[in-house]
Amino acid sequence: MGLGGSDMYRQQILDHYKSPRNYGEIEEPTFTHVGENPMCGDTIEMDVVLDDAEETIERVAFRGDGCAISQASASMLSEQLHGMSIEELDEMDRDDVVDMLGVDISPMRVKCAVLAEKVAQDGADIYFGELDVETTRTEEDDADVPDDAQ
Amino acid sequence: MSHSETEALDVESIRDEFPILDREFDGTPLVYLDNAATSQTPDQVIDSISHYYRHYNANVHRGLHQLSQEASIAYEEAHDRVAEFIGASGGRKEVVFTKNTTESMNTVAYAWGLAELGPGDEVVLTEMEHHAALVTWQQIAKKTGATVKFVEVDEDGRLDMDHARELITDDTEMVSVVHVSNTLGTVNPVSELADIAHDHDSLIFVDGAQSVPHMPVDVEAIDADFFAFSGHKMCGPTGVGVLYGKEHLLDAMQPYLYGGMMIEKVTFEDSTWHELPWKFEAGTPVISEGIALAEACDYLDSIGMERVHRHGTELAAYAYDRLQEFDDIEILGPGGDERAALVSFDMDDVHAHDVSEILNANGVAVRAGDHCTQPLHDKLGVSASTRASFYIYNTREEVDALVDALDQARELFA
Repeated sequence: MGLGGSDMYRQQILDHYKSPRNYGEIEEPTFTHVGENPMCGDTIEMDVVLDDAEETIERVAFRGDGCAISQASASMLSEQLHGMSIEELDEMDRDDVVDMLGVDISPMRVKCAVLAEKVAQDGADIYFGELDVETTRTEEDDADVPDDAQ
Repeated sequence: MSHSETEALDVESIRDEFPILDREFDGTPLVYLDNAATSQTPDQVIDSISHYYRHYNANVHRGLHQLSQEASIAYEEAHDRVAEFIGASGGRKEVVFTKNTTESMNTVAYAWGLAELGPGDEVVLTEMEHHAALVTWQQIAKKTGATVKFVEVDEDGRLDMDHARELITDDTEMVSVVHVSNTLGTVNPVSELADIAHDHDSLIFVDGAQSVPHMPVDVEAIDADFFAFSGHKMCGPTGVGVLYGKEHLLDAMQPYLYGGMMIEKVTFEDSTWHELPWKFEAGTPVISEGIALAEACDYLDSIGMERVHRHGTELAAYAYDRLQEFDDIEILGPGGDERAALVSFDMDDVHAHDVSEILNANGVAVRAGDHCTQPLHDKLGVSASTRASFYIYNTREEVDALVDALDQARELFA
C-alpha cells in the first residue's frame, strides 16, 4: 500500500492555499451560500453574480477556513466558475473536482475537496427554488470512509 | 515475564509481541502514535481469541454441554479478572461487559438517569468531557428536565477546582468526570471530586477510557460509584467495554436492555431479572472479546502497570519538550511531567488534517480533528488539533520521527 499523502500537496495546491484567488466578498451578489464539513471544521462561504439572463456565472468570491485541500479547491473552483453556465455547474461531480485539483485525493479527504463545489451547486439550487437548506454539509456519503471514530 | 516495578520496559521485546508493528509502507516503517484512539494487540490476546474459536466456541449460561460449560466459566471468570484489575472487591457482580465506554455511560444514563433525574436536579460535568459523557448527559437532561453544568477548564488545561466546589451542591445528583482528558492529557483529581460529590450526596461517574490502559487504577481508592473503560485501548479487542458500579447501586437499578440472558423468570405477564452483572448483559454477550480482555489484563499486569505508566509519561514529557522547541507549535494542556501519555498540538499555518496527511506519508499515524471534544476545542479557539498518543511499544526514536515529519510539513507550507 502506498501512502499518497505528500503527493497531495503539489505546488499548485499550496499556491492556491497560501494565495487564494477571488478571496473576499462581493457587495450585492445574485446569491450567497455557506457550507461546512462538521467533522473537519472546514467552512466556505461563496458569493456569486449571474448575468442578466441568469444563465452564466459572471463573478465569484469566497472566504473560508480549513485545511489546504478545502481552501485550495475553493480558490481553483472560483477561477473555473467564471463564465461557466449554471447548467455546467449542475453537471459537475467529484471526479471533475479531483481532475481540477490535479492530485490524488485520499478517500478521507474527498469531502474537503468537494465542499466548495457543493456550496456553489446548492447556492444555485436554492436561488432557483430547487432546494431548501440553510447550510450545506458534506457528510459521510461524500467520502468513502466516515471520519467519526475516536 | 516478571519485572521489578522500577526496571525500565524492554521495549524491543514488547514490540516483538505486536505483529502489526512490523508493517511498512513502501519501505517506510509504521510509527503508530494513535493509541488514545485504539491500542495495538499483542499475540497473547490475538491467540486467546483464536483459541476460543478453535477450541471452545459456544453460547454461555444456558448450555449444558461441555463447550458451553467451558465458555461460560471462562466468560464469567473474565469478569472477576477485570474486577481484580481495577480493584473492585465485589468481583463479577460489580463488572458489566458492554460494547465500549460510551455504552457503559449510556447504560447508567438510561438505567439510573431516566429513573432518578427530574426538574431541579443537576448533573455536573467538566468542559473537557468526551462526547461519550457530554452528549449522553446533555440528552438525558433534555428528556428528564434536569440541568447540566460544566466545571471550567483553566488556561493551563486543568480543572478549576474552586469552580467545581461552587457547582457541586445539594442539587447535584451526578458528577460525571473524565479521569484523563483524551485531548489535554490532564489527569484529573477524581478522588477529590468523589469526596466533594459524596459530601453533597451526589454520585460520581468516572470515565476511565484513557486512564485504565495507562496507570494503576483502584476504583475503590477513588471511591467512584460508576467507572467505565474500553478494552480496545488497553491491548484488548474492540467490541468490549466495562461498566463498574458499586454493587448496591447496580442492584437498585432497573435493566437498560431487555431480552434473553438477563432474565430469571418470564411469564406472558411479567419478568424478573437475573442476578448481577447478567441483568445488564441482555442477549448473547461479548464472549470471545470479554475473555480476551481478561487476557489483556494478564498481559499488562505481567509488564506492571507502574512501569506502563512511567514509560507513557516519560515519552509524553519527551514529546512535550521536543515540540516546545518550535514557536509555531502550541501544545494543548498542562506541562510535561503532569500529563498522561499523549500530546495534542496546533501548528500555525498548517491545518491539523494537512499535518496528519503529511505525517501519514512518513508512516506516522496520529489523530487529527476535535477528538470527540468539540466544545473544548471551541473554547480553546482551535478548530482541530493533532494528537500523538503513546503506549508501551513506542520509543523516543518514534517521537523524533514525528518531529522530523512536522519539519516537512513546516517546509511545505512555509
